[in-house]
Amino acid sequence: MVCADEATAGVASEGRGFQALAERELPRLYRLARRLVGDEAEDAVQDALLKGYRAYASLDDEVAAPAWLTAILVNCCRDRGRAKGRRVEETELEGADEFSLYRKIAAEDPFPYSDSLHLDFLHQFGREDVRAVLAELPELYRLPLVLCYCEGYQVKEIAYLLQVPLGTMLARLHRGRKLFERTLWDYAERHGLLKENAKR
Amino acid sequence: MITCAEAVQQLWDYLDGVVEETDRQAIEEHLSFCRRCCGELDFAEELRRFLAQPDEQNMPADVKARLLATLTELEGPA
Repeated sequence: MVCADEATAGVASEGRGFQALAERELPRLYRLARRLVGDEAEDAVQDALLKGYRAYASLDDEVAAPAWLTAILVNCCRDRGRAKGRRVEETELEGADEFSLYRKIAAEDPFPYSDSLHLDFLHQFGREDVRAVLAELPELYRLPLVLCYCEGYQVKEIAYLLQVPLGTMLARLHRGRKLFERTLWDYAERHGLLKENAKR
Repeated sequence: MITCAEAVQQLWDYLDGVVEETDRQAIEEHLSFCRRCCGELDFAEELRRFLAQPDEQNMPADVKARLLATLTELEGPA
């Protein structure tokens, strides 16, 4: 039988355990949230801290704690997207599947005097531009793209994290990459990055 | 023998290591003679590096303070 004092001590100890975990992970969680929901990052992390705190007692494996907290944050970010009606269903994205940024740059040749045309194209983009391009993508594609290529998760891990079959995740990643390529080009056109003197 | 379109379609999956062994062999065979697809592959690698650039913006001090305060509130008085 556990006496009241022991139970209280247990709760306090769990609280401290969660606090230490959250403090350690805070910079990483905030960075991820910035990429997933932009300006709502702070609110998303706050939601995740509240949910994580409530569920911490049920966590069996301390080693898995960072991944567990990440999964909570990703869900909080998705909830925010859903609440705003941002989520789009899987759909044909006109022409995106066939788009090749490599070929587009070669065909349009935006920097005729360049010896490294494709690299020069990428060098036009600052970090804020990359964030803005990612933010333009529908959440359905942005999430896997960010988790895979910005955060380094394996495709299987992302499928597990987002609770979708592996085949579906591969298809979303493929479409997300194509959409990202096309959005990079569109963004560069809209923001005047396709000029020789626009180079940073 | 696969076409350029088929190879290009699978380049990122190839780089991610998620293609079947037979597809991997077919892609590598195609790349062994197709200079344009090698260019596509190099560019795909650049794009991956481009996406993986660390976000160097630190968490603003006021945001950090508010989130840490949330944690303290959750824990309650010592």
